[in-house]
Order: sequence, then structure tokens, then C-alpha cells
Amino acid sequence: MSDPNAAPLLQVSDLAIEFASPERTIRAVDGVSFSMANGSTLAVVGESGSGKSVTALSLARLLPSPPARVRSGKILFDGTDLLTLPETALRHYRGGKIAYVFQEPSTSLNPVFSVAFQLSEAMALHRHDLTDRRAAGLAALSEVGIRDPERCWKSYPHELSGGMQQRVMIAMALVCRPQLLVADEPTTALDVTIQAQILNLLRDIRSRFGMAILLITHNFGLVKGFADHVVVMFRGKIVEQGPTDSLLAAPRHPYTQALIACVPRLGESKKRLTTIDYDKLDALLSPS
Amino acid sequence: MTNSTLSSPHPDPEPLSPLLLEVEKLAVRYPLPGGFLGRSRRFVEPVKGVSFRIRAGQTVGLVGESGSGKTTIGKAIVRLISPHSGEIRYRQERIDTLSGARLRPYRKRVQMIFQDPHNSLNPRLTIARIVGEPLEIHFPALRAQERRDRAAQLLARVGLPADSLDRFPHEFSGGQRQRIGIARALAVEPELIVCDEPVSALDVSVQAQIVNLLQDLQQELGLAYLFISHDLAVVEHMSDLVLVLNEGRIVEEAPPEELYRNPQNEYTRKLLAAVPSL
Amino acid sequence: MNPVLRKRSSLWQQLLARPPGVLALGLLGFLYLCALFAPFLAPYGPGDQDLQRTYHPPTGLTWTQEGLAVRLYENADPTQALYRPIPGKTAAIQWFPGGHSYRLFGLLPCRRHLFGVEPPHKVYLLGSDSTGRDVFSRLLYGAQVSLSIGLIGISISLGVGLIAGGLAGYFGGWFDSLVMRTTELLMAIPGLYLLLALRGAFASQFGSGEVYLLIVVILSFLGWSGAARVIRGLALSLRAQTFVEAAIVTGLSPWRILWRHLLPNLASYLLVAAALSIPGYILGEAALSFLGIGIQEPSASWGLMLAQAQEMKVFMCNFWWLLTPGAAVFVTVAAFNLLGDTLRDVIDPHFRTGSR
Repeated sequence: MSDPNAAPLLQVSDLAIEFASPERTIRAVDGVSFSMANGSTLAVVGESGSGKSVTALSLARLLPSPPARVRSGKILFDGTDLLTLPETALRHYRGGKIAYVFQEPSTSLNPVFSVAFQLSEAMALHRHDLTDRRAAGLAALSEVGIRDPERCWKSYPHELSGGMQQRVMIAMALVCRPQLLVADEPTTALDVTIQAQILNLLRDIRSRFGMAILLITHNFGLVKGFADHVVVMFRGKIVEQGPTDSLLAAPRHPYTQALIACVPRLGESKKRLTTIDYDKLDALLSPS
Repeated sequence: MTNSTLSSPHPDPEPLSPLLLEVEKLAVRYPLPGGFLGRSRRFVEPVKGVSFRIRAGQTVGLVGESGSGKTTIGKAIVRLISPHSGEIRYRQERIDTLSGARLRPYRKRVQMIFQDPHNSLNPRLTIARIVGEPLEIHFPALRAQERRDRAAQLLARVGLPADSLDRFPHEFSGGQRQRIGIARALAVEPELIVCDEPVSALDVSVQAQIVNLLQDLQQELGLAYLFISHDLAVVEHMSDLVLVLNEGRIVEEAPPEELYRNPQNEYTRKLLAAVPSL
Repeated sequence: MNPVLRKRSSLWQQLLARPPGVLALGLLGFLYLCALFAPFLAPYGPGDQDLQRTYHPPTGLTWTQEGLAVRLYENADPTQALYRPIPGKTAAIQWFPGGHSYRLFGLLPCRRHLFGVEPPHKVYLLGSDSTGRDVFSRLLYGAQVSLSIGLIGISISLGVGLIAGGLAGYFGGWFDSLVMRTTELLMAIPGLYLLLALRGAFASQFGSGEVYLLIVVILSFLGWSGAARVIRGLALSLRAQTFVEAAIVTGLSPWRILWRHLLPNLASYLLVAAALSIPGYILGEAALSFLGIGIQEPSASWGLMLAQAQEMKVFMCNFWWLLTPGAAVFVTVAAFNLLGDTLRDVIDPHFRTGSR
């Protein structure tokens, strides 16, 4: 895979993010550090409120500020600290070198513009080298497995199914040839069957274009066979991280164990599902 | 609370628990927009002749993709929509032809839990009002304080703290709201609950809690469920019998172990393959 | 992300936490109190004429040994209404003197007023008009008409709009079509002509009380259609919410669903709409009265008082005090708009559904 000695594509160190409201301040991300090599895949797994989405959004400084505030830490992308970069320089990274795919494809696409318009706009912003945007757009649509790219190119978001919309979102990310694709719960709003297709597509894109993928998910079931590395987050902190295979085979932290165990498996009909015992976790985490 | 004492007027010949719901050749149609003066001649038919039965205390799983018609079936059973053809019988009585106040006795026996925990609770009502409302309708003899006590009991039963009563839905997480929805459904002491994708919008960890809660309630109260989901793994966990729905028709019907070990239909195999494995 | 769990503070508290809200509420509170206590605050009745003192300028106030006093004026040239203060001559202001009798709130018989001077002297805080009536007193009595017409008008039009629009949105079908076509018809007719036609259709020999009612009815008749259309749209979208489906499955009757589940969710819209529409009624009454088809003499309303101020003489001779009703209309309308905007700011975040 990638050369372990090479400088990492993304290096997040000691990141802390707070949300301030008049009543109180909430620390959403607390001392998070991880790194990603070029072309690697990393999964950040955690429940709602674990800070996984906040971490993902902070990479391209997409968090609204206020209320969000970065208290400390560094986000090095290709050697550049994105947190200190001026806003104008950052635009080059946003959508260009770092592309995002979000949970709700229906709200990520603008309903009043055609797919053609939205794809062309993305190219106009980040791909000045392209002369024939239509050809490039059609190519991107077929790369994401859309069978009739011509028809899709002309259509409006509401004419597409949820799975198709998510493919268009991925195509929009793809045309900019990003080095890092952040997929924030890309399949949560979709059917299980469509989820499998979208994950296969992302895997396929990664091997063809060599971009790194950061997958944010609450479901450990999606991690196996997709990510090289896993980061497990709980209440803003990383509780465990490591290579996927070894972490899945022998999870050390009780939270990781519980999160893996609560995924329903086929062929275990009528068995009680494992749930997370938060009291026990609190007792475990409080002394540290 | 249990329904074992309520035997059906016509005892079922089979030595099984009594038959609650019979759906026979159910079809649902919607007119397509257009046509002269709103008189449309074209229709979509999301459900095209579906038949199944649910017995007391049994869980029947209904699995299929978006657009397969599974939610439409659920809504037809609780009579949020009217069937185009076919019959729905509850304890031998036809309910697809009833309307208005004549549906009320049926509504006391069959309840529904909804998918979207954000939309299914009125944001302007307190939890006490939300859970107490079914009691007002179906137990009019209860006084206000008794209703409140009963609501508190129900909330405790679904694992919510006692101080939830006077709070509003927006103060709760998705999983907690789903618990409130379950408490509301339980308030009328139903025999059958239609669960329409109750865990699809939740985190996997919360999903496990809700699935366990539903199973505990079933054991304790002898409830029957129609469990609707797109996720075969969850349906398999919950159900005694799984119906696989594709394009408005049931393509396979089997107990979960059998379905897993020996799927007969191509579509079933596709659903099985889509379940992520660990 | 977890929604930040916090208790929703009441509308009042949030409104009072914002300076524009405090300002608007303070102004409106003051104005409505003035209208409510008009007969007590006003030294004279709305129709008390004094043909010796037409177009009298506001009387100056001075401080004497006897306390607060008003200057006395002599009429230098009766043809031109030129008044000059008589140096050194004053009349002391009396507190709570007896005057003409009235009923406070229409109930309590009373003869006391807040202030006055010993007749035959007069106190004109805001001057007098063409027949020597006290503008300050008429402004207060006029406030009763102008301020209440908005409240009553909006109650009727929003009430009708709520029932028509709410039922149309909830039940749909033929009733929906009927309501919508009716509102379109009403909206297609230019408002001013309809107003004039309706006013003309009724005899002009009505007493002032009847005219007042007529104006309210005419304005509400024109106003309900817009509200009904918006409420229908809201009801339509609320009807599609899952909590309404849940209420149906629970076995609630349609009326109960409308009352329990739709109305509370419409309440915030109604509040904002009311605050923003009341100025329309105040201006509508003013316009009708200005055109001479609204409130009739000798009753007072702000529009009617402005109509009198349109005489050439008023501008030529710089009788600025006759324009004070215009200032009162302006302040009231501005305060209601400010209140409406602030209310919308407070309420709007609640419309947003929980985001993840």
C-alpha cells in the first residue's frame, strides 16, 4: 500500500473544539490525534454526539463559528496547517483537495438547479484545466455507476432516487480529483441494499483514483473490508485506534467491544442484542 | 394487560394462539396527478395483492427496499389509507370498510410506531400530554391525576426517567423520542403494534436498545408485531416469520432461520448479500 | 451532533430579552393605556367646541407660586387666528377637577379628570382645531377608535381565515376548492374599489357606532383571504407530519386533531401575522376616514382628524399641531411592525426541526 515513511497526507494532532452558548460551553472534540497516508482509508466510528462529525467538518473549517471554536491542535494537510490558513487560500482546499459527501443527499443537492449546473459549478471552481465540462461531467457520472449519464446530466435532484442522488454527490466530489474524500455517514439515510452499492462504489473509486477516504459512521458493520484503519470516538475523545483487522479481532476498549457487539448479525434470530452499558463506561472513564 | 383472556368469538381450528390479523389480496392505489378536472385515469399501485396473517404474540417481519410498498401496507392496516381492493380482517371482523368513530374500538387494539422520531411527536405538547392523549380517548373514566400516573408508569416501562413528563420532545434524543412513541402506542393496551421502520433513523447502538425493548415488551405483554424494515438483519432478529416484499408483491415467506440458510428467491439473496458482515 | 438540551423559555421572556421587543411593547402598552383611560386623561370631551378659540396654538406652561399654570392668550386678529400670550397672566392647573361626566371603561360613572383649568379659561396641550375643540382630547378619544379597530379587525379576519384555511388545508376536497376560489376572487378585485363599493352599498345615515362596526367588517372581509391562504398552506404541511398520523391512529376525532395538534402549531404564525397586519387596519381606518367615508363627525378618529388638517389654511398658517394624529399613526404602526419582526425572530428558530 503506501510507504510508511512518507509524510502523511493528513495529520490531526491534539484537536480540541468547543461549542459556546450563553449558558455553557460544550467540548465536542477533546485531544483528538490521528493521521492518514495518501490513498488510505480511515473509518471514524462513534455514536451521535461522539464528535466524529465535528472532527470531519473541522478538517476544511466547515463548522459555523460562532458557536464552534477550535481551542487547540493542528490539522496538517500535505504539510499545510489548515487551521491557520487564510480564508481565501482555504477555498482551494474546500471541495478541491478535500471533498465531502454528506448524510442527506436530498438536502446536499440544491433542488432548483440541474445536475449539469451543479457539476459544472464544481468544475468551474476547482478544475480550470477542463475545457469540456460536459464531457468531464458525463464521464464522472458514468464513473459512479450511473447507467444513463446523459439523462442524469439533464435531470433535477427530485427526479432521482436517494441512491442516485448520493452517486451524483460522489461524482461532484470526483470531478475535482480530491486527495481526500470525507464521507460523513454517506449511507445512513439509504436502504441497506443501496448502502452496499455505495460502499462498493467508494471502494472502487479509491482503488482507481488513489484518493484517501475518511469514512464517518456509527455502524461498525460498514468498517470491515472498507477501512485500513479505525478510530473509535466516545464523548469527544478517541478511546481506541488501530488497523481494522486487528482491532476487530481483538478490541481492547470496552466501548469498542460493545459497539462491535451491538451490530445485528444474520442467523442469530430472536437473540438479545448487546447494548452499551454507559454507567459501566462512565465508571471506567472517570478516574482517568 | 395480556390478551390471553380475550379469546376470539370464533375459535381458530389450529392449536395456535388466536388469529388477530388477516390480510387478503390487499391492493392499494393512488391516482397520478393530471387528467381533466382532477379526474385521473392513471394510477400507481404500490401494493398489488398481498396476503398474510398475524397471530397473537407473534412477530411478522416485512422486509423490502424503498418503494416496495411496505410502509403502505402498514398504513393500510392502521387505516391511515384505504385499500383499493382486498380485505383486512381483525379477529374475524372486516375493518377495511369501517370509518370514523366505528374504527375506534379497532384503534384501541392496533397501534403504530413511526420511523421518524423527530416528526412523530407534536413539538408543542409535553410528554405527559402526548402519552396521556390515548388514555383520554380510550379510557375516558380516568381522572387527570390517574392519567398522569399511568403515563409515568408507561414512561418508566420504556426506560425513561420520571422527570420526563413535563418536558417537551425537543429535549430528548432520537432514541428517547422513539421510546416515547412506544409508550404512546402502549397506552391503549393494544394487541398488535405496527412498527414502521422504528429503528432505521437511529444509531446502531440505540437500535439495539430499542429492538431489545420491543422484545421485552412482547414477552411481558404478549404483543404481536408487524415489524417493517429495509434491514434484513434487524427483521431477522425480531421476527417469527419474514415476508420479503418486492414491487408490491410478497416474493418469499419463511421463518428467519430458513430464509437465512436457504433463500429461495433471487431478491431475497440480494437483500441477504447487502447486510454488512462483521 | 446532540441537540443542546435546554428548557425553552417562554415567549414573553424571550421578547423582553430583546431591546426592540421591550421598546415596542412599552410603546404599545402606553398607547393602549392612554386609549383605555382617554375620558379621564382628556380635559374636554371630543365634541366640546369653543368658537371663540379656533386654531388656538398649544398653551405654554409656566411655574407660579400656585404651582403649574398655563399662560393666557388674547386673540390679536380673529380673522387670522393670531393668538398672543398676555404677559404675566396665567391660570393655575387644577388636578382632578370635576368636569363633564363620562363612564370609565363604559361602566363606571365618573366626573373627575386628570387635570383642567378654571373655566372660562382653557388648556390646549396640543392646540385646538377649526371649531375650537381640544386636539389633545380628540387625539385620546381618537386612539380608542384607531387602536381598537386593529385588534377587532384582526380577530375577525384571522378567525375567519383560521377556520376557512385550517379546514380547507386539513380536509381538502371540495371545501378546499371552494375556499381557495373565493379567496382568489376577493384578491382579484382591487381592494380600494371593493372598499368604496361596500361602503357605498350601505346607507350613509348610520350613527358613528354603526359606521365603526361597518368599517371593521369591511376591512376584515378584505383581509381574511390572505390569512386563509397562508394558514391553508401551513395546515397542509402540518397534516403531512407524522404526529398527525399518530393522532389519527390513536383514534382522535378530526376536530380534536385540529384543536389539539394543528392550532398550537399555528399559534406562533398567527401571533406574528396579527402583529404585522394590525397596522393595515389602522391605516385602512385612517384612509377611509380621511376620504370622508369612515368615522363621522363629531366622533374622533386619527384619520378623521387628519382629514381636517388637509385644509390649505392649516399649511399656510403653520398649524402644525393639527398633524399630531399623523405622528400618532406613525408611532403605532412602527411599534406594531417592530413587535411583529421581533416576534418572528423569537419564534422562527422553533419552526426549524431538530437537525442532526
